[in-house]
Amino acid sequence: MPAMLRKIAQRLGMLQHSFTGGVHPQMHKVTADLPIEDCDIAPLLVLPMKQHIGEICTPLVSVGDRVLRGQKIARSEGYLSVPVHAPTSGIVVKIEDHAIAHPSGMGLPSIYIEPDGADESDNSLEPMADWQNREPTVLRERARMCGLAGLGGAVFPTFIKLVQDKRFRIETVVLNGIECEPWLTNDHRLMVEHAAEILEGMAIIKHMVGAESGIIAIEDNKPDAVAAMQQAIAMRDDMDGVSVFALPTRYPQGSEKQLIYTLTGREVPAGKLPMHIGVLCQNVGTSKALYDAVVLGQPLTERIVTVSGDALSEPANLRVRLGTPVRSLFARQGLEDFSGIQILHGGPMMGERLKEPDVPVVKASTGLLAMSAQAMGAAHTVEQPCIRCGHCGEACPVSLVPNLLADQCRSDQLEKAEAYDLFDCIECGACSYVCPSNIPLVHYFRYGKGQIALQRREQQFAEASRKRSDAHESRLEREKAEKAARRSRVRKTHAPKADEAMSDDVAKSESGKGKSSESVVEESK
Amino acid sequence: MTGLLYALVSFGAFALVAGVVLAVAQKVFHIEGDPMVDKIDALLPQTQCGQCGYPGCKPYSEAVAASQAEVNHCVPGGERVMLQIADLMGVEPKELEAEAVAPMLAFVREDECIGCTLCIKACPVDAIIGAPKQYHTVIVDHCTGCTLCIEPCPVDCIDMLVKPELIEHWSWPLPETKRARQGHDRREQQHASHA
Repeated sequence: MPAMLRKIAQRLGMLQHSFTGGVHPQMHKVTADLPIEDCDIAPLLVLPMKQHIGEICTPLVSVGDRVLRGQKIARSEGYLSVPVHAPTSGIVVKIEDHAIAHPSGMGLPSIYIEPDGADESDNSLEPMADWQNREPTVLRERARMCGLAGLGGAVFPTFIKLVQDKRFRIETVVLNGIECEPWLTNDHRLMVEHAAEILEGMAIIKHMVGAESGIIAIEDNKPDAVAAMQQAIAMRDDMDGVSVFALPTRYPQGSEKQLIYTLTGREVPAGKLPMHIGVLCQNVGTSKALYDAVVLGQPLTERIVTVSGDALSEPANLRVRLGTPVRSLFARQGLEDFSGIQILHGGPMMGERLKEPDVPVVKASTGLLAMSAQAMGAAHTVEQPCIRCGHCGEACPVSLVPNLLADQCRSDQLEKAEAYDLFDCIECGACSYVCPSNIPLVHYFRYGKGQIALQRREQQFAEASRKRSDAHESRLEREKAEKAARRSRVRKTHAPKADEAMSDDVAKSESGKGKSSESVVEESK
Repeated sequence: MTGLLYALVSFGAFALVAGVVLAVAQKVFHIEGDPMVDKIDALLPQTQCGQCGYPGCKPYSEAVAASQAEVNHCVPGGERVMLQIADLMGVEPKELEAEAVAPMLAFVREDECIGCTLCIKACPVDAIIGAPKQYHTVIVDHCTGCTLCIEPCPVDCIDMLVKPELIEHWSWPLPETKRARQGHDRREQQHASHA
């Protein structure tokens, strides 16, 4: 009964709350009805040593080693990190830098694996079908060991969030199946085809954090996903506090803080985490990956990628092994000539523009879009003056003043930009999308954030250098003083023998040998 | 007459009280050294490189605070630090004399190192480790690129390498639009002419 009342209250609450701003881009979800296809394993897989937010991993294998699917090939270093696993069986042929999907075009150390075609699995991890009887800490270690990171695109190590904190008890687990980026349909298809696994993953998360209620949030442009999840809930008898919410379609509904506000009416304060208001948010893909890791004992070695875009004739949803070159995925869908085409890694609103198609699919690869450069190019090369229309402020889901912030970032007034809460910007791109003057607002914000971070790093380094320098100086002085003291002691010790006219009190201050010198002095008197 | 007396007495009493308060305040709020020195020192990059002609960042900031040195001598700090110091000191900014250089790191070629410890003694930030007759090596995270270790090395086994750019430390450049460049330049000009 209370559960039902809460449900009703939540539903009423949901109607009342809605994040401010947002935009309604054309969704172009052309792959929504296409079932997930298995993609063949590419002839060479490249695994960057960092596919998550945090510390880079250290390779555990060397060139020539044979690895099995799911075998750990790189160890995580530090707390904020998860290991990397071999996506199929094969031979390690190279370990060197390879370009990754990053706006800098820089590379990362990567392990190159040549598959042997056998696709043999490493079954050393015990499946835990009885996870209900396991300690949350054991399951948490499993999530870390299996390399789980948020598959919605932010790739924050999953295990860090799956913790029971006495100060901040998690009441509600939210599964994010919003997928508000245009073109992308990977979460959508996953919900339609793997609803039961996603739900079991959610049950595991709830068990781990001790949460009572759960919400699966889906935008209302995916009625089949809503139906599939509801059906899956009906099939299970342990899903009392869990409900599916179909939310109005609006970008960026899927942004964590905006989603939590829509669902609960509570704002996650600036600089705080959802945990601090008793909510845990995970992507549906991550939930499925957690199911694989716990119930099947399979590390994260593949993900669903939407390959689409207006320059692609045969779009698809593909189940792709991590490390597969982007070029081969496009080739599979009939695109080999990339002239006049821009490739996006992720969605069109927040994704990165790739300089070249020779980067591997990583844990963050939600989608790969081939867009005709003409449509994309114009928007960001011709920037016109701001006409103060205010559309950007209206569209901002965090209630910032984008035009002002952009001015401040452009002219390096960074303290001012920070005072106007630059760091609360989620870089959703809604402001750039609505700007009639084609001002690349988010690009300015990224520039500003980067400059501030750079200054902070320099300051910290200077501070640390100052401390070391002070320590160095004081050590030198101490050593000098010690040396002087030693020298004068030696002189005093030997002085009476050389010069018998040494004064009385100095001679008395000496100990040990001093006694003999004292007698010498006394004799001299 | 009594009016004048009252005035003298009351002003005298006031002067006495004020004198006592000032005397106490001087004792209580006494500051060792020149606070300007610390403020300038806080702006400097602390490489301790001596390129300004002073044996470290602190001595240079002391010289600037005492108006004995110009504000434009800090080479690694570049234009930003020069502008900040000029702003703090309330003086005209001056053109930098030295060209800005990319951040460098010292690197010891270990197979040539004879373990003489001279570079260890020269390093102002203790960024070189080693022991007599053992290889020395530079702690990459601590090296400020000051080049002070090059000179004392008797076998010339220390190289200065360009500091590798980490992907984590990469930051977005300004957008490649004309307006972005113009706006940025205008601001820099204003800053230069204003200060």
